[in-house]
Amino acid sequence: MKFYFKNIIILLLITILLFPLVAMNGFAQSDLTVGLVFDIGGKGDKSFNDSASRGLGWAAQDFGIKRIELEPGADADREVNVRNLASIGYNLIIGVGFLFEDSIGPASDDFPNTKFAIVDGIVLGKPNVTSLSFAEHEGSFLVGMIAGLKALQDGKDTVGYVGGMNVPLIQKFEAGYKAGVKYAYPDCKILSAYAGDTPTAFADPVKGKELALSQYDNGAYVIYHASGLTGAGVYEAAKERKRYVIGVDSNQNYLGHIEETGENFGLTSMLKQVDVSVYLTIKSILEGTFEPGIRLFDLATTVVINDVEYNGVGYALDNYNKDLITDEMIQKVEEAKAKIIKGEIEVPHEI
Amino acid sequence: MNRDKSKKSNLFFSIIERITPIIAIIGALFIGSIVILLMGEDPIQVYKMMFGLAIGNRDGWGNVLFRATPLIFTGLAVAFAFRCGLFNIGGEGQVYVGAFLAAYIGFTFAKLPAILLIPITIAASALGGALWAALPGFLKAKKGIHEVIITIMMNWIATSLTFYLVLVYKAPPTEEMRLAGVPQMIPHTSEIAEAARLPRIAPLLSKINISFPSHNPLNISFFLAIIVAILVYYILWKTSLGYEIRAVGYNSAAAEYAGISIAKNIILAMMISGALAGLVGTNEVMGYKFRWRQELFLGLGFNGIAVALLGKNHPLGVVLAAILFGTLSYGGALVNIYTAGKIPRELIMVIQAVIVILVVISDEIIKRLILRRKTE
Repeated sequence: MKFYFKNIIILLLITILLFPLVAMNGFAQSDLTVGLVFDIGGKGDKSFNDSASRGLGWAAQDFGIKRIELEPGADADREVNVRNLASIGYNLIIGVGFLFEDSIGPASDDFPNTKFAIVDGIVLGKPNVTSLSFAEHEGSFLVGMIAGLKALQDGKDTVGYVGGMNVPLIQKFEAGYKAGVKYAYPDCKILSAYAGDTPTAFADPVKGKELALSQYDNGAYVIYHASGLTGAGVYEAAKERKRYVIGVDSNQNYLGHIEETGENFGLTSMLKQVDVSVYLTIKSILEGTFEPGIRLFDLATTVVINDVEYNGVGYALDNYNKDLITDEMIQKVEEAKAKIIKGEIEVPHEI
Repeated sequence: MNRDKSKKSNLFFSIIERITPIIAIIGALFIGSIVILLMGEDPIQVYKMMFGLAIGNRDGWGNVLFRATPLIFTGLAVAFAFRCGLFNIGGEGQVYVGAFLAAYIGFTFAKLPAILLIPITIAASALGGALWAALPGFLKAKKGIHEVIITIMMNWIATSLTFYLVLVYKAPPTEEMRLAGVPQMIPHTSEIAEAARLPRIAPLLSKINISFPSHNPLNISFFLAIIVAILVYYILWKTSLGYEIRAVGYNSAAAEYAGISIAKNIILAMMISGALAGLVGTNEVMGYKFRWRQELFLGLGFNGIAVALLGKNHPLGVVLAAILFGTLSYGGALVNIYTAGKIPRELIMVIQAVIVILVVISDEIIKRLILRRKTE
């Protein structure tokens, strides 16, 4: 009896001790200030930058943090933005895009008490910088499989790819996609094009439409775009030619919906959960578990935020594409996903 | 009596003509304040903040002059060509090529001592720009093809060419990246050698006990820009080459009649103009990021046109206009931060654009007024 009583007291004590932590996670307003600086293309690209902004929004809602979002103009603006946010006293500064490597790197030395996060870039050896990295090739592999399976099912022999700026990061998407298509449909032909060599290639819908139309007219049945705002043009082309398109970074399936006819051409979207990574980084600071170094988000990453489960990367299923993708296709994709996680399929990240 | 009056009014017009840029700046700030009011902010507060942050402290000054430096070069480039009657809008491409050549020399001849490597690298950036501008000059001089068409086309060629070269000479992953097994994502070249780098102002000032933030990017290429501006003035107004170039620009038929070769001067003016644009490489590559990356140069060539216009194609005017644009650009970025994004940096683009429009309009009005007076 005495033993039982003691246990209850210990349990009570533990509960009381844990309570502030729990409360902090859920409801409390926090004093944390977070500054987010966007990549080229800026807010409203319905893709990469918007995903980062969404993550910040979730955190603002759940933790009540104070936030600021900035769009840099010239290249030197990146460092100016990062440094000034730090000197005003922002606790966490997030740079969206690899171009922040040489502004966050030096700034982190001068502001040791400020935390920094960089999306897509790698800044190592600094105790206050975390590098949020994604296995885009793995997600692209899965959507590549969906493209291949769709073409196979409907008896077509060609799919396409439209990239934004021709840089190694975007080639990673292409490499994974091509491998996925070939895995599902070895004889499939793959067309490939990039919108350009400059950063504006991520913000050029006219060029995107032109490239997509040419691929559709050359037989492409599905086109996967990894081109930010340029992808808006790819969606226009898809709806015009009534062929399928795969979105990138955010869930873009709804962009392929034609209001008048009710048809859907958004086959799926490759999800790169920048929102999740931003949210988790903010959460880790609130909980005191911030860790420097690379944090990789891949297929194996599983996170639950507000009762929704996310992977680091993945593919989008919703009401817009439920009739386009069969259960059999999903089953095959899920099998491949399990194999990638186990390491039985190695997805290439270079073309 | 009558002559006296016309003399007086001529003086009046010549003064007005000289101060049109100031009228344009005031007008643009006024229109900008209407935009700010429409955004629901107090224009005086915003301007106070903008100029206070940009030029109210040493760090601000350093950043402003750092941003002014490339605009001085591209502004001089446009102004120089304009004195020969040429409209060089290929500054963008000339900047890319010149700066790339500087970076290439900087990381290829890494073993040379600084005393040799720095002058060679500076020369390379000028040479790259000059060569890129030589072709439009040649086509204009020999075939009469309009330089505006050629230079703007050459911009696209330069964009793609340099981008191709960047992929050829791409920076290898750093030691840390190699250990972590991640590839180099940024399309930029390797860093130039230590010996090719221009010193920053901060350590120089600290030697004479002036405190200046060590992260400030201002480097001695600003002084190079000032020297080059003086040199441009000297060439244009104190040498026979400058006289010939201005003669061709003022009235090419008369110049030819006087025995001045139009073709030679057009090609030379374009090459010098291109060299001036190419020198942007000294600030961005040799003094700032130590590598070539396209983002560093975006828009500098085109902003140079606005700077030359505002500076009335005179070296002194160009320097002042570039400093104004640098102030607006840096102040605008800071206002965006300090108002928590309420005032977007696009406001600065509005002000810059209005300045340019007002300069053009007021120039035209003055010209017509003078013409009317003369015909009277």
